[in-house]
Amino acid sequence: MRVALFLTCVNDTLYPDTGRAVVKLLTRLGVDVDFPMAQTCCGQAHYNTGYRHQAEPLARHFSDVFGSDEYDAIVTPSGSCGAMVRELYPRMGERARSEGRGDGLATTLAPVVPKTYELTEFLVDILGVTDVGAYYPHTVTYHPTCHGLRSLGLGDRPTRLLQAVKGLELRALPGADECCGFGGTFAMKNSDVSSAMGTDKVRNAESTGADTLCAADNSCLMHIGGTLTRLKSGVRPVHIAEILASTEEDPLS
Amino acid sequence: MPAFPTAAREAVGNKTLRANLRHATHTIRDKRARAVAELDDWDQLREAGKRIKDETLRHLDRHLIQLEESVTAAGGTVHWAADADEANRIVTALVKATGETEVVKVKSMATQEIGLNEALEAEGIHAYETDLAELIVQLGKDRPSHILVPAIHRNRGEIREIFAREMSEWGRPAPDGLTDTPAELAEAARLHLREKFLRAKVGVSGANFMVAETGTMVVVESEGNGRMCLTLPETLISVVGIEKIVPTWRDLEVFLQTLPRSSTAERMNPYTSMWTGPSQEDGPSTFHLVLLDNGRTDTLADEVGRQALRCIRCSACLNVCPVYERAGGHAYGSVYPGPIGAILSPQLRGTQSEIDASLPYASSLCGACYEVCPVAIDIPEVLVHLRERVVQGGEVTRHGTRVTLRPAKGHAAERAAMRAAGWAFGRPGALRAGQRLASGTRRFHPRTLPGPGRAWSATRDLPKVPAEPFRDWWRRTNGGRAEKGDKK
Ligand code: SF4
Repeated sequence: MRVALFLTCVNDTLYPDTGRAVVKLLTRLGVDVDFPMAQTCCGQAHYNTGYRHQAEPLARHFSDVFGSDEYDAIVTPSGSCGAMVRELYPRMGERARSEGRGDGLATTLAPVVPKTYELTEFLVDILGVTDVGAYYPHTVTYHPTCHGLRSLGLGDRPTRLLQAVKGLELRALPGADECCGFGGTFAMKNSDVSSAMGTDKVRNAESTGADTLCAADNSCLMHIGGTLTRLKSGVRPVHIAEILASTEEDPLS
Repeated sequence: MPAFPTAAREAVGNKTLRANLRHATHTIRDKRARAVAELDDWDQLREAGKRIKDETLRHLDRHLIQLEESVTAAGGTVHWAADADEANRIVTALVKATGETEVVKVKSMATQEIGLNEALEAEGIHAYETDLAELIVQLGKDRPSHILVPAIHRNRGEIREIFAREMSEWGRPAPDGLTDTPAELAEAARLHLREKFLRAKVGVSGANFMVAETGTMVVVESEGNGRMCLTLPETLISVVGIEKIVPTWRDLEVFLQTLPRSSTAERMNPYTSMWTGPSQEDGPSTFHLVLLDNGRTDTLADEVGRQALRCIRCSACLNVCPVYERAGGHAYGSVYPGPIGAILSPQLRGTQSEIDASLPYASSLCGACYEVCPVAIDIPEVLVHLRERVVQGGEVTRHGTRVTLRPAKGHAAERAAMRAAGWAFGRPGALRAGQRLASGTRRFHPRTLPGPGRAWSATRDLPKVPAEPFRDWWRRTNGGRAEKGDKK
């Protein structure tokens, strides 16, 4: 199986460790991973802030880069970017059509939509594994991010993967399905409300006594992590890929 | 009214308010989840409600004419109001014609939307709210902050204060030594309101539904005070939004299941009052229906935004919204707060004002509102659609004509940034150069940001820029295959 890693611009620029963890994990599971160098950004920030027309060239670019038959799947360690491709690309095509601009955009975007998977979805549904042979001797609480939870419907896939990790003790997060307050530009435009939400998320995580807060999206983790360090919390924010990539021989330090 | 972020700041900093809101919304959302889980056909009911509303809206002109005919045939009088001013003029004239100077009111969003109480007051007519929570808001000279529980931002202690201080100004005073136990507060309100009910000759209401085939007005409520207003006065005047129509009684059945469970977590609401025209034996002998447009036809013209007109005002979206929970209802600057307010107000009123241009951004797009909505309004979709309208302008319908809106002010810097980002993201080379620059200068990065970024770094630390972006690692190590001795 040959997959294209869609790392997302945030991971590429700020969280390269997550990308390395995905490569390590998938390679260990026998998947042939490629990273198409021409990839940039899916256009989510543009789209969600109201710049749909500026998001369209980015979506086209995404399709040019990832649409190749060479790939069996496109895998991304980000629930929100995965939802952008799967849920919003078809909608962009529809809107272009309803505006009298024809089927062009819809046709261009169509090939990448069904092939795009969020990492945990790909592991459980396509590879059919829940025990990926990982080792992470810590107490972990899991925050299901909104797009993973509601747009993609990841359900218990991430927690099943975590439960199978050797040494890991999973602790339920109170108010787990409440938004952490990131929301892209929301975090800046409505900073006070966003911070209040982030603070509540951090307090809930602390109340579990877990040493690690895990999620499947670095954008949310950036917001939660920034709040954790500002509040001088001892809880460590970690992307699920890094936990699943961690092994006894090569543990996450 | 200032923009949402400014209005919300105060609420976020008010500990009592946040505790009141948190307690109330979490209690009701948990109860709602249990009440909904009892029905194994909830998803079908939700889909049915959505379809009935969409189908009705598609042929709204026909249904409205049928409704007018049915109401007239039943002995009522129908009035059409294009906007708030016209509706207020009609109602004021109708009340004046009765010679009365007092009216009792059933809780109604439509009359709040048009500012009816103030319009009546200006003509020397006193309107008395009889819903318990509306009474608290009115006595407290306050504004409502929730669709269903307008005084949700108040706790028992505050309510006791308001009753003891204000009731005597409006009628029967609060009993001496009033405490803040719910029973005593309810009894004080009951005695105060009873005098109003027995004296009033004119009642003013809205409606939850209007059944087109028979001209029947449907009001659902929990306290029974609404029914008193509908029964005791001689004249009943109802102001109803044109989107409140359901074609048949069969359609009504769906909503009488979904509305109470979504709003108060009850299997069935305690009082469902239905009136078909006036009656000579019982209840009002004169009935006037004022059908209100006030931006609804314009909203209907918008293919994406029109789904907001499906709303049955259950308020479930408010109760699950993390933004509403922290910002409170007043920050939305409208009688419709929360997620539905954020998409309804900028459509009914337009996006020109500062507050209306900020409302589409009053959401993290978490999707909890869409998940609970009993008529499946995709609120996040409409929010993004309205954001587009704010930053890019475009064609809209205002007062029945197509006009082209210009982008709202204050987004120039953001638009430039988005364009620049779009440019760089269109060119992998440019993105890479930017990443390299960020990595190369990482030791000098400040922990706080200037400009719009300051809002971020005021409460959160910035992530450290890594020494090497992923794509450089991939190239250097051939995707990890050439990696030796490297960490990981
Ligand atoms: S938008 Fe939906 S959930 Fe919100 S008040 Fe209206 S019907 Fe209820």
